Amino acid sequence: MKIILKNGYVYDPINNINGEVMDIFIKDGKIVNEFREKDAKVIDCKGKVVMPGAIDIHSHIAGGKVNTGRILRPEDHRRFVIARKFKNGKFFRSGAGFSVPSTRITGYLYAKMGYTMAFTPALPPLMARHTHEELSSIPIIDKGALTLMGNNWFVMKYLKAGEIEKCAAFAAWLLKAVKGYAIKVVNPGGGEAWGWGKNVTSLEDRVPYFDITPKEIIEGLMKVNEMLKLPHSEHLHTINLGRVGNYETTIKTMKLARGLENRDRHVLQITHAQFHSYGGESWKSFESKAYEVAKAVNKMKNVAIDVGFVTLDPTTTMTADGPMEYYLSSLTHLKWTNKDIELETAPGVTPYNYSPKSAVSSVQWAVGLELALLVEDPWRVMLTTDHPNGGPFIRYPRIIAWLMSRKYREDFMKNMNKAVEKRAIISSLDREYDLYEIAIITRASQARALGLKEKGHLGVGADADVAVYDINPEELNTAEYEKIERAFSNAYLTIKSGEIVVKEGEVVNEFYGKTYYVDVEVEEELMQEVERDLDYYFKRYYSVNLANYPVSLDYLTNPTKIERKIERVKVIK
Amino acid sequence: MHYTDVVCTFCGTLCDDIEVTVEDNRIIDIRHACRVGASKFFKASDIKHRRTKPIIRENGREIEVSLEEAVEKASEILADAYRPLLYGWSSTTCEAIKYGVFLTDLVGGIMDNTATVCHGPSVLAFQEVGYPSCTLGEVKNRADLIIYWGSNPLHAHPRHLSRYSFYPRGFFRERGMQDRELIVIDVRRTDTAKIANKFIKVEQGKDYELVSALRYVLNGGVLKKDYVAGVSREEIYELVDKMKSCSFGVLFFGMGLTQSSGKHRTIDNAISLVRDLNRFTKFNIMMMRGHYNVTGSNEVLAWETGYPYAVDFSRGYPRYNPGETSAVDVLVRGEVDAALIIASDPVSHFPKEAVKHLLRIPYISIDAFYNATSMFAKVYIPTAVAGIECEGTAYRMDGVPIRVRKIIEPPEGVLSDEEVVRMIYEKTMEKIKERIEEEAAEKVIV
Amino acid sequence: MKVILITGRTFMQGVGMEAGKDSDVYKENAAVCYITVDDMDKLGIKEGDNVKIKTKYGEVVVKALKSKDEHDGIVFIPLGPWANAVMGYETDSAAVPTFKGIEAEIEKTDENVLSLEELIRKTYIEG
Repeated sequence: MKIILKNGYVYDPINNINGEVMDIFIKDGKIVNEFREKDAKVIDCKGKVVMPGAIDIHSHIAGGKVNTGRILRPEDHRRFVIARKFKNGKFFRSGAGFSVPSTRITGYLYAKMGYTMAFTPALPPLMARHTHEELSSIPIIDKGALTLMGNNWFVMKYLKAGEIEKCAAFAAWLLKAVKGYAIKVVNPGGGEAWGWGKNVTSLEDRVPYFDITPKEIIEGLMKVNEMLKLPHSEHLHTINLGRVGNYETTIKTMKLARGLENRDRHVLQITHAQFHSYGGESWKSFESKAYEVAKAVNKMKNVAIDVGFVTLDPTTTMTADGPMEYYLSSLTHLKWTNKDIELETAPGVTPYNYSPKSAVSSVQWAVGLELALLVEDPWRVMLTTDHPNGGPFIRYPRIIAWLMSRKYREDFMKNMNKAVEKRAIISSLDREYDLYEIAIITRASQARALGLKEKGHLGVGADADVAVYDINPEELNTAEYEKIERAFSNAYLTIKSGEIVVKEGEVVNEFYGKTYYVDVEVEEELMQEVERDLDYYFKRYYSVNLANYPVSLDYLTNPTKIERKIERVKVIK
Repeated sequence: MHYTDVVCTFCGTLCDDIEVTVEDNRIIDIRHACRVGASKFFKASDIKHRRTKPIIRENGREIEVSLEEAVEKASEILADAYRPLLYGWSSTTCEAIKYGVFLTDLVGGIMDNTATVCHGPSVLAFQEVGYPSCTLGEVKNRADLIIYWGSNPLHAHPRHLSRYSFYPRGFFRERGMQDRELIVIDVRRTDTAKIANKFIKVEQGKDYELVSALRYVLNGGVLKKDYVAGVSREEIYELVDKMKSCSFGVLFFGMGLTQSSGKHRTIDNAISLVRDLNRFTKFNIMMMRGHYNVTGSNEVLAWETGYPYAVDFSRGYPRYNPGETSAVDVLVRGEVDAALIIASDPVSHFPKEAVKHLLRIPYISIDAFYNATSMFAKVYIPTAVAGIECEGTAYRMDGVPIRVRKIIEPPEGVLSDEEVVRMIYEKTMEKIKERIEEEAAEKVIV
Repeated sequence: MKVILITGRTFMQGVGMEAGKDSDVYKENAAVCYITVDDMDKLGIKEGDNVKIKTKYGEVVVKALKSKDEHDGIVFIPLGPWANAVMGYETDSAAVPTFKGIEAEIEKTDENVLSLEELIRKTYIEG
C-alpha cells in the first residue's frame, strides 16, 4: 500500500525537523522519496501533528511475572474491559485488565496512542519461552525483551574470577539462546542473596557465597556490553529501589560509568530513575532528591535515564527485585508473590495503590516530573512509567500533558497531599515541554538508546511507523491540557509498517509486528570454554537439560536479528 | 533411532531427560521415565488400541467420518449454541489452548480447565494472599527442609523426589538427601510418608486447624491443648522449630489440601504460614500440579483474558467468577447447551450430577485416546499425542516452560490438538461471519 | 457401617488411566476401595469381596481391597467414575466439588461391579 500524509506539522527530531509542514510518503512499509499522488491513498493531515510511531523502552507487558500479576489480580481486570468486535470482516479479540491488560488488548491500547514498539524489560532466561509466547500474542507493535543477567551464577562466577572475556562470551550465548535484546541488570547480587532471604544495601556489599559486590557486577556487565558492541547500553535497575534516602546510591551508581564511551549512545541507562531519587531518613521525612539526581545526569554525558513516572493510580508492582517486592508487601500487608529462578533471578509481584492523598505517593509523583523537567538534555530522557510499576501505560498521554502544561500540574496538585509542596520542588518549576521535546522523549531518544536506525524517525528508509495527532501547533494553548491528553490518547491515525491500524482512536486492522533479538558471534575457542562450563552446570544444577533451554525462532513473530561479529573479544580495562 | 532430552507429558513434573528408542515408528525402549510415564509412551505407539477415525453419532448410530466432516459438525454445534462450555485444556499444548481461547471468545462461551477440580482452590487462595514460590532447581540447590502436605508424590509425581526435592545433590546440598529433611503431613501413612524422616498424621478435614496452630505458635502463641487436629503439642512445636530454623524450606501441597473441607481457606492459611515464615528464614510453597500442562493452561488463559480458569465470554468480554462460571457449576445448574471437551474425561472425573447434564447436551470430544467422555460424544475427533507425535509448549508445575518433542509420526490422517482446534475455530468463524452478514442484510431490508 | 470417604490418585490408577479408560487395568484399579484390616473385620469381609457404598448422592458397588496404610474409619477410593457416583457435586462457590471427606454407609454385597459403560448407562443416563 502507498500512502501520502499531506500537509501535517512534522516533528522528527532525529532529522532535525521541528514542526515543518511537509508530506510524508509511505510505500511497502517504508518511508520513501516523493512519488506521484495518483496511485496512492492521500490523507489530509492539515492542522495535525505528524510524528514517528512512539516507542516504549521499558514496559512489563509480557512474561512470567506479568502473568503472575494478571492471575493475582482479578479485581484489577474488572476495572477495564474491551469487548470483542467484528470490523472490516476481521474479528478483534476481547480482553481485560487495567494495570496488567491481557496481551491482545495490550497491542490495541498501545496502537491507539500512536505507539508502535514496546520492549519488555525483564526476561528471566529460564522462562524466556514464556515471555516470547506472550510477546507473540501481542498484535500490531514491534517487540523485544531485555535479558536479566545481574544475578546470573555464570556472570558472577566469571567476573569474580576476573574472566571477563568468558563472561562476554556467556552473555552472547545467553542472548542468542533466549532471543534477548540487551543486558538487563536488576538489583545486582540482591537477587542471589534473596535465595537465602537476604539482600544487598550498598554497592560494596558482598553477595553470599559468590563473594562479589554489586559494583563489580555493574561495572563488569557495562564493559561486557561494550566488548560485545551491543545495540543498547547496559540497562540497570540499581540496588535500593524504592528505599528512603536511596539517591546517593543512584549517584554513586552513575559514576561507575566514568571512562566508558560509545559514539552512538550512552553506556548506562539508569532505569525508572524516579524510584531511585528519594531522600529523607524515614517514610515520615521522605522527600524528593530529583534535583540532585538530575544534576548528576546533567554532568554524566554517557548516562541516560528513563523516568518511571508515578501516575497516582492503583496498580500492580512487578520486578525481578524479589526482596524489594517482599519489603513493599510488608509495608502494605497486601498479597505478595515471589518466584526465585534457579541460578538466575528472583522476581516478585505485589499490588500498590498510589493515592494522591498519601504523602509518599504525591512526592513520588513529583519526583518523576522533576527529573524530566530538570534534566536538560531530552536526548537522555525517556518517557516510561516502568509500566505497571509507576502506573499503567495508558496514562502516557496524561504524563505528556503534565510535561507540556504547568497549569495541568498546578490543577492536579490541588487535590493532593500537601507534602508535595513541602518535600518536593515541582511547584517551582516553570518548564513546559514543547512538541519537539515530547517527540524526543517518546520516540527519538528511545530509538537511539535501542540502537535501531530504522526506528524513531521519518527519514527516507525508516520503517513506516507513524502517528498523527489531532493537535494544531499553531493554536496550541497549554492551559487547555485536556485537549492535549485527549489527542495523545486517541491517535488520529496510527500507521504500522505502512498499514493503517488506528483511525480516530479506533483499532481498525491488526497483524503481528517484528520481534528484535541480538545475535553476537564471538571467537570459537572462547565459546568452547564457556560451553564446557554450561555442560557442567546444566547437568548438576539446572532442573532442565541444556538441550531444552534455548528458545527457537518459532516463538517469535517476524524475528528480526541484530547481528554482531566479534573477531576477538577485547578486554576493556 | 535414539532420542535424548525427550519430555514426558504425563504429570506436572514434566521430566525432560527421557531417552527413547524408536524403530519403524514404534517406541521400543524408554529410559529414565517412571512407570506411569513409560506406559503413556507405549500406549501412544500401540496403534491397535487407538481409534484413528473421527466419529459422529446420530440417533444412537456411530458413523466413521472424514476429519473435515467432523470439523464441520463440531463448528455447527458450537455456532448454534447459546452458551457452550469448552472444557479440558490441561493435557494439551499451549498452542492448542490459545486457539481454544480464540474459539471461546468467538462463540461467547465458557472456557474452563481441569484446575477447576484440582488446584482451583489454590488459585483462589493465590488471589487472596499471593504465592511465595520458586523453581524446582532452587529446591534442588538450596532446600534443607522439604514438606509434602496432602500430597503423595511417589504415586502422583513419581520422579519429583528424585529429580528436584529430596534425593538429588544440589549446589549447596552436595550430599543430597543427607543434607535435607523430609516431612510428610497426611491423613494416611502414604508410601511417601513411609520414606520420610518424619510423618505427621492429621485428622481428616482438620488441616485448617493444624495450619492455624502452626501459625499461632510461630507468631509467639502458647498452645494450651494437648492435641490439635490429632497432632500433639510437642509435634507442633517441633515442626515450627524446624521450619523456623531451616535455611531454605519448601512446602509442596496437593489435593489432600485443596479438595478437603475448607478448600481455598485452608490453602490461604497455608500460604500465609509460609509468608509468616519468611520473616524468619527463606520459605517457599508450591502446588503439586497434576496434568502435565495444567499450569500452561492457566498461563495461556491469563495472558489472553486476564483470568486463569472459569472464564465466561458470554457478555462479549472476559468475566471470571469461579463457583458461578466454573465447569461443574454450569453443568450442575444445567446452564450450558453444548460443549467441547478436549484432552480430558469429565464423564470419569466429574460428579454424577454434572455428568448427567453433559450427557443430555450435544458435545464434541477431542482426545488422543478414546475415553469415557468420547464414548457418548456427538462428535469424536482423535488427535496426536503431544510430546510423542507432535510438538508444542507445556509449563511445568513451577511455571518453567518446556518445548515438548515429536519422536514418532501420528497415525495416518491424525492431526494435533492445535491443528484440529484451529480448524474448528476457522470453520466456526466462517459460519458466524455469514450470520452477521445475514443479520446486517435483514436490518437493511427492514 | 459408617465411614468417611476420600478419593485420590493412586499409582496404579494412573497406570490404568494411561493404559486406557476402557481397559481392564483401569477397572481393576479404579472400581475398588481401600479399607483397613480392622474395618474389614468389622464388616465381616475379606479382600476381594464386593461392597456397596451409599451416600446421600448415590450408591455404587466396588471391590474391597486391603489398605496398607493406617486409617480406620476412612475408606479410600481412587479417582474415577465409580467414586464420582457417590461423591458430592456442591462446590460451595469454590468451583471444586468436595472429593474428600464424605459421610457414607458401607456394607457387604453380592452385586457385581459394573463396567465403566454399564455404570454410566445405568446410574448416569437412566438413573
